[in-house]
Amino acid sequence: MSEKTAITLNINGRDHSIKTEPRRTLVDAIREDCGQTGTHIGCEHGICGACTVIVNGEPVRSCLMFAVQADGARIRTVEGLAQGDKLHPMQQAFMDHHGLQCGFCTPGFLMLAVSVLEREPNIGDDDLIDVLSSNLCRCTGYQNIIKAVRAAAKEMRKR
Amino acid sequence: MPVKGKFVGRSVPRLEDRPLLTGQGRFAGDISFPGQWHMRIVRSPMAHGRLQSIDAKAALALPGVHAIWTHADIADIPPIGFRLTGLVQLEAYRQTALAQLYVRYVGEPVAAVFAADPYVAEDAADLVEIDIAPLPVILDAAGQPGPFDEHHDTETSVIEKKSGDIDAAFRVAETVVALDLAIGRHSGVPMETRGAIARYDEANDVLEMHGAAKVPHWNRDRLALMLGRHPDKVQLYEGHVGGGFGIRGEMYPEDVLVCAAALKFRKPIKWIEDRREHLIAANHSRQQRHRIKAAIDKNGRILGIDDEFFHDNGAYMRTHAATVPDLAAAMLPGPYRIPAYRARAHIRLTNKTPCGTYRSPGRYESTFVRERLIDAIAAKTGIDAIEIRRRNLIDKSAMPYSLGFSTLGTDIVYDSGDYAKLMDRLLEAADWQNMRGALARRRAAGEKAGAGFAMFVEKSGLGPYDKVRVEVDPGGTVEVITGVASIGQGVETAMAQICAETLGVDYTCINVVHGQTDRIDKGMGAFASRVTVMCGEATRMASVKLRDAMLGAAAELMQTSPDLLDIVGDEIVRTDGPATTMKLAALATARPDAMTAEAEFKSSHMVYPYGAHVVQLRLDTETGAVEIERYLVAFDIGKAVNPILVEGQIIGGLAQGLGGALFEEFTYTDSGDPLAVTFADYLMPTASEVPAVETFLSEDAPSPLNTYGFKGAGEGGITPVGAAIASAIDDALQHPGVVTQLPITPWRIRALLRTQ
Repeated sequence: MSEKTAITLNINGRDHSIKTEPRRTLVDAIREDCGQTGTHIGCEHGICGACTVIVNGEPVRSCLMFAVQADGARIRTVEGLAQGDKLHPMQQAFMDHHGLQCGFCTPGFLMLAVSVLEREPNIGDDDLIDVLSSNLCRCTGYQNIIKAVRAAAKEMRKR
Repeated sequence: MPVKGKFVGRSVPRLEDRPLLTGQGRFAGDISFPGQWHMRIVRSPMAHGRLQSIDAKAALALPGVHAIWTHADIADIPPIGFRLTGLVQLEAYRQTALAQLYVRYVGEPVAAVFAADPYVAEDAADLVEIDIAPLPVILDAAGQPGPFDEHHDTETSVIEKKSGDIDAAFRVAETVVALDLAIGRHSGVPMETRGAIARYDEANDVLEMHGAAKVPHWNRDRLALMLGRHPDKVQLYEGHVGGGFGIRGEMYPEDVLVCAAALKFRKPIKWIEDRREHLIAANHSRQQRHRIKAAIDKNGRILGIDDEFFHDNGAYMRTHAATVPDLAAAMLPGPYRIPAYRARAHIRLTNKTPCGTYRSPGRYESTFVRERLIDAIAAKTGIDAIEIRRRNLIDKSAMPYSLGFSTLGTDIVYDSGDYAKLMDRLLEAADWQNMRGALARRRAAGEKAGAGFAMFVEKSGLGPYDKVRVEVDPGGTVEVITGVASIGQGVETAMAQICAETLGVDYTCINVVHGQTDRIDKGMGAFASRVTVMCGEATRMASVKLRDAMLGAAAELMQTSPDLLDIVGDEIVRTDGPATTMKLAALATARPDAMTAEAEFKSSHMVYPYGAHVVQLRLDTETGAVEIERYLVAFDIGKAVNPILVEGQIIGGLAQGLGGALFEEFTYTDSGDPLAVTFADYLMPTASEVPAVETFLSEDAPSPLNTYGFKGAGEGGITPVGAAIASAIDDALQHPGVVTQLPITPWRIRALLRTQ
């Protein structure tokens, strides 16, 4: 189709040097070129948020960003949350509160919630629900996701 | 509440969660094979027309494009058959994997592109030129029947359910209440789109398909038949599945195409659907128009119900055939005594996406219709709607209660239930009288606020069988091998809890296998809220057998009697004092013959959970938005294996029910062009729209048809949501019967407000 560009994606602290077409989405590059399939594709038009990753500290829909735009950026994905066997408090809270069923939307929710709480640890409840409304889940009816994020917020504030 | 077991009845954490939380899931899109080709489907841009020509020259010239198929390339493959309720008269309406001569809905597969890269495959698909001569488009299923095209009529068949003397009921009726009601077109829309990866293992002459879901064994057998292979030479593998809801895992044209192409080209073929395709090509559901009337006596008792309805099945009959209209007709009576009943379902074709099941198929629709009817009876007679329900509920003493007709090959016999008790419990929890009083005061002050109530009976636990094998390997790991499937509902945890309870090991040491056709010779899969009931009982039976075999073998080795032994955790212990123990791993090494047991549970009847919902809401008169202030659910589950998972099912179902009641709708232009093709058009509830839900689980009526008394949990959250919301909007507007159609979108609310 067109020329490929050499770029470097830093995912969870590790550099991945890849060659990619300018039109390739960041999520396709993360999944197919860097082999990190924990980030999921739900709609490819920026609404469902299943592909949410953290780019330079900001939550990003990786289906709406081209890989070349992320050249040199620091990207965090769901694979980078746990420390070895120890789950991130957000992951643990999702398990404790039954915040997932099929688990397809879960990585997007985890990355959205983590990035928001890292920036705004004392976020109010209305604002929190507003933020969580950015992503879609079709299994849980959201109530247990909200409970999990509230619980994780408490845990994260302790750290 | 019955005594909790060590595992059964407890909200233990799920075994499924860890890989899903750490990004280690194996969803369809995550599966790849070296050298794979990518398939992209070229879909009809027109709702109805005659295929004149397909020109693929430009597409084939694109570097990286390997092949392009049209119907001529797969002409020897028969159309996709029926899995359930397959009436012979519907066979003429089956869908072939690629369109032959005609296209009948926007999104119908016309050609398949195979390329080295998915981006290139999509570029090539855009270059395939299809010439279609347009034909008239039919979009209304409730009009006069007529020709659908040169070979077919719009009315594929009419099915009927009846009991009692319906004409006599209307002859003696004091009053007749009649309604005309419509349910919109919506669907399950799981967050993971469909996907299928086929691979031909030439060394073993086995065709593999990965990305299977829901009914892997049925699909395996059917694919084998369609492709002319022995079933042993076709194996399906389920990975993680990103939501089921009825739609995912049925056999679709794309499944057939990847398999046929893998055999033909001897390359792995990967197909991942995009969201636009999903919204126009995967099964739709629900759309019906009901003309219903009730004959009642002077006390508001129902003498008879006569319903004629029109089921819009879209352009083809897919695997579910007549299932949805059949269930709508069969389950419409719900929790009420209906001495005379007749339902006639007209199964109609339109130039829209073909239909299948969606969570609570037929019941979401007919519960809306029946509960609207009950509210209308109350309005007509001036008797309170709760009192009308009370007078007509089936009494506990009448159980088991037969409706006098069948569905899904089973006679409908409600196995157990105390409907009045559950209704009273929910009304008490809601503080119904005070809730109504407070709302009346708010309305007097100018607000549009109201409360709604709806009751329902669900069905679950469809047989005819489930088979389970339980094994302990020489490492001491217990494996439960099933023929069911996991679509996110927690089947691994629930089956492990049941096995652990019986066997004595810890549930976290149990590995539950599902969706792998090469691990067990047959299986029914996951649908109709059947898994916990059917596979749960089979798991219990196999675990009992295995426990007996293991204790027998251990008794010989430990030179004692089996009754003096028990399994605790990972070892066999003596219950009569001596501290001698034997590790399960040691027993498995010494006596591998005693470490496996198999059982099959057969059942010819379904089991019937039931419940009620209460909703309190207010209308925003400016925007037409519905704000839900309180939502309560009472549900009798018979026996809950894991209450937090049951609650999860209820709240998740409820959210989908709200979507269908307020937001979600597949709409079309007059020329049959779909208008809901993105998530900006097809509006699903977010965290802002789904309220906190108060759930009241009860175990008053365990099923007599299995040992624990299990009933299914999957659908009780969704079934009456449309009915309850409609009732509450009537109340808010103080206009009984004003809601006649789902979804009640903001602009429909605004239209209702203007007529007030």
